[in-house]
Amino acid sequence: MADIDSQNNTSQTQNSSASGEAAHGKTVTKLLLVVVGMFGFGFALVPLYEVFCEITGINGKTSDEAAVYEAVEIDTSRMVTVEFITRTNSGMPWEFSAQTKRVEVHPGQMAQVDFYVRNPVSRDIIAQAIPSVSPGTAALYINKTECFCFRHQPLKAGEEAIMPMTFYVDPQLPDSITFFTLQYTLYDITATADEAEVVALNNSLGR
Amino acid sequence: MSTVTDTANTPATDDAHGHDDHHHHIPKGLMRWLLTTNHKDIGTLYLWFAFIMFLVGGAMAMVIRAELFQPGLQIVEPNFFNQMTTVHGLIMVFGAVMPAFTGLANWLVPMMIGAPDMALPRMNNWSFWILPFAFLILLSSLFVEGGGPAFGWTFYAPLSTTYSGDSTALFVFSVHIMGISSIMGAINVIVTIFNMRAPGMTYMKMPLFVWTWLITAFLLIAVMPVLAGVVTMVLTDKYFGTSFFDAAGGGDPVLFQHIFWFFGHPEVYIMILPAFGIISHIVPTFSRKKLFGYASMVYATASIALLSFIVWAHHMFTTGMPVIAELFFMIATMIIAVPTGVKVFNWVATMWRGSISFEVPMLFAIAFIILFTVGGLSGLMLAIVPVDFQYHDTYFVVAHFHYVLVTGAIFSIMAAVYYWLPKWTGRMFDITLAKWHFWCSLISVNVLFFPMHFVGLAGMPRRIPDYALQFADFNKWISIGGFAFGLSQLIFLALVIKACRKKGEKVSSQVWDGAEGLEWEIPSPAPYHTFDTPPVVK
Repeated sequence: MADIDSQNNTSQTQNSSASGEAAHGKTVTKLLLVVVGMFGFGFALVPLYEVFCEITGINGKTSDEAAVYEAVEIDTSRMVTVEFITRTNSGMPWEFSAQTKRVEVHPGQMAQVDFYVRNPVSRDIIAQAIPSVSPGTAALYINKTECFCFRHQPLKAGEEAIMPMTFYVDPQLPDSITFFTLQYTLYDITATADEAEVVALNNSLGR
Repeated sequence: MSTVTDTANTPATDDAHGHDDHHHHIPKGLMRWLLTTNHKDIGTLYLWFAFIMFLVGGAMAMVIRAELFQPGLQIVEPNFFNQMTTVHGLIMVFGAVMPAFTGLANWLVPMMIGAPDMALPRMNNWSFWILPFAFLILLSSLFVEGGGPAFGWTFYAPLSTTYSGDSTALFVFSVHIMGISSIMGAINVIVTIFNMRAPGMTYMKMPLFVWTWLITAFLLIAVMPVLAGVVTMVLTDKYFGTSFFDAAGGGDPVLFQHIFWFFGHPEVYIMILPAFGIISHIVPTFSRKKLFGYASMVYATASIALLSFIVWAHHMFTTGMPVIAELFFMIATMIIAVPTGVKVFNWVATMWRGSISFEVPMLFAIAFIILFTVGGLSGLMLAIVPVDFQYHDTYFVVAHFHYVLVTGAIFSIMAAVYYWLPKWTGRMFDITLAKWHFWCSLISVNVLFFPMHFVGLAGMPRRIPDYALQFADFNKWISIGGFAFGLSQLIFLALVIKACRKKGEKVSSQVWDGAEGLEWEIPSPAPYHTFDTPPVVK
């Protein structure tokens, strides 16, 4: 590269001279910035996806924070059917069922449903329930004032429990939605839960 | 296109071996190849590497087809079958097609734009020499306990996070190295094209192979970092307790598919745009006409590249997207057919009323145009949302992407090798062998992939080592086609070895009588150093 005679007297940046190397350096720097930027963008897609889904509700996730029940006007003119489905992730041994399979509510009306869980195996397990609503757009209009899915759920070996969930459907729910399904999936998170939590499970649950 | 040049400036070759000794001593033997910064040497290395990987990945395809020759589990364990489908895909995409195109770019881009070498020759050396290590790591993962990656080349979470073996770390590491290599190669191409064009070669005079590679290089630096990101997330999810794709920890497995296909869809254009460039060189040469619609070819390539960023979710129609999103991705996908159609019609219009002769590169180019269009049309069928619900994850998809990748990308690479090989070696290749290679490949590749459309439509799922009895006859034919196609490539291997050993008739610098472009104005074989003094393009 270096020993090329630069007798070309044209305006192109080609070849030999230091100016050519500098031009390369500049272009490379710009391109490297694009590479770094796109690597960052790949990770930025994670929060972007979350925010996008939260706004549009298209992945059927409900809010993981308790809603406050303000004096909402109950829309008695229509009924919405809400169905409950439960499942456990593969490898999760708990029995898990909805005690109320379906409810009919007016939008704005509070309702409580209970879920039954039992830990049939001989080890203590901490669980996390993940909700999913179908059709996904309905997820934006379900407000839970209390839900077992907000917290980790510990159960000692052989224990059983009733887990309540109270909710109301936002009266803003589009008229086109008259029926939706709320599914909970239970995951075994004992391995990844805080050590403190595991200790607490071992100690305090001896009630 | 630029063709008129100042050939007086072209240095004369000094001997028939393509060596040029007025520069510096070239080390002999292994060290020459290890230390080389010459774009022609590196191009040769890339092409040989790609060819070897093509044979390795092809051998895995033979295992797959042997297992599927008859229904029932015959030869391999399901887990090993899954490793074969996975590693076959990874090797063919990252080890065969992409390095082959990079090799062609190394050989041809400097010669086509009148530059003495690539802009960053040392980086060029690195970007090649890390590749063999990436694939050694990937291949060695097949031998660790529990076997290699078995989750498909798309490594969907949670298959690659929760349910994968311990070799996943090796997989992730090798993908990182492949990505770095591709990014370095792409940067090199862009810098070379931006800064080292011969005087007078404006952008709209650049040959189409240069144009398509410039756009491909931009796609590479835009999406390979995203691939690096998503494999890193898989790595941390699997080994370091993060929950990017784990619903229990607040993540979302569908997010994986979004990030992966944001990389993956531009990736399929990375594997086809340079092919478009190659065909746009070969068709005019053997039609003895100028390429029809040069400017529209450039704009079509650029629009395909831009559109490729907004169609990724057509791979995910069955994940439960809202209807409005499915409509968007369906329509965006179908719009890509417009610029692609422009290209196909331009090639056909170039041939229209040309004095066509059917030399081997032209045979491959014509086969490309017809068979790539078959693959493109099945792609349009897959773009239709309700239809995709039935075709998703069936052999119809396998037929589609093998038509665009094998009879598309691979056929174009073979066409390119036949077209430029005499320029590289200075000798005409064995035309009889080449014709055998072409006709055997053409017939067997269609016996191999065309029936896949039918078994796919009838519901045979992909990536499964067994199938229902009703698919037995078709699968037998598919396997026979597969073995024949695999064997046909050995003819190609023999031909290339023969050509490299300087057998055959000497060729002129022009080689093909209708060929135009700077690379045809330097002697054959191309001297070790070309365009030390840049030509002036008028």
